[in-house]
Amino acid sequence: MADDIKVDVTMDLKGMKCPMPVVKVSQQIKKMAVNQVLVAETTDPGAQADFPSWARSSGNEIIKTETEGGVSKFYIKKLK
Amino acid sequence: MDVKESLDLLRKEMDELKDSSRNKLSMVVFSGDMDKLLASFIIATGAVAMGLDVVMFFTFWATPALRDKKKKGRGKDLFGKMFGFMLPKGASKVALSKMNMGGMGTAMMKMLMKKKNVQSLDEMIALAGELGVKIYICEMSMDLMGFKPDEMIDYPGVEFVGVAKFLEEAGNSKIQLFI
Repeated sequence: MADDIKVDVTMDLKGMKCPMPVVKVSQQIKKMAVNQVLVAETTDPGAQADFPSWARSSGNEIIKTETEGGVSKFYIKKLK
Repeated sequence: MDVKESLDLLRKEMDELKDSSRNKLSMVVFSGDMDKLLASFIIATGAVAMGLDVVMFFTFWATPALRDKKKKGRGKDLFGKMFGFMLPKGASKVALSKMNMGGMGTAMMKMLMKKKNVQSLDEMIALAGELGVKIYICEMSMDLMGFKPDEMIDYPGVEFVGVAKFLEEAGNSKIQLFI
């Protein structure tokens, strides 16, 4: 099931530093509909802790995380 | 009072309670140091991302960081002119709290920030404006240092206020910071 996640928007946030990844993602998710999935690609090490915190506080869900070659992909589902 | 009436009253009080502990962050920005100002704006913009309303209250040494380097305040007295000359003219002129080394340390830090793709203070202020971070400037600091409203940056919705305004906002916030 995890392999066939339908991705609606992909954001390239590589190279961005705190607080830009969460700021950009929070702006983008506002424009999306409930249950849509946003993929955030980031190279910021701080994002490993930041995205889960952000998702908990903003009421969104990280359904999958992938890390490959220093780039992390967070699959974020808009819940409300 | 019947059951329905008291229930309605209870509901109304609940709503008020919810409203008063709103998702807000209030910050006093007191320091004019570049590092502390940068931290303030990182927290402020991050807080908006977390779904908080953000209010920043600029006072004392933080006030000159909001001057516009291209603008001139008119009609200043001698002390106003002196303060205007001695204090940094805008966010691009503020210095580090440590390792400034006559400006060399600050210049090096700015270079490093650019290289590592960390937003500059000017960029952070512009971002805060786009995100709807509210900025209040302490009227008394302005008056004391002789700054004029027309020499400050064009920040959306900026207002000149007193301490009561900050305390009202702080009272309605779940996080209050002094930086």
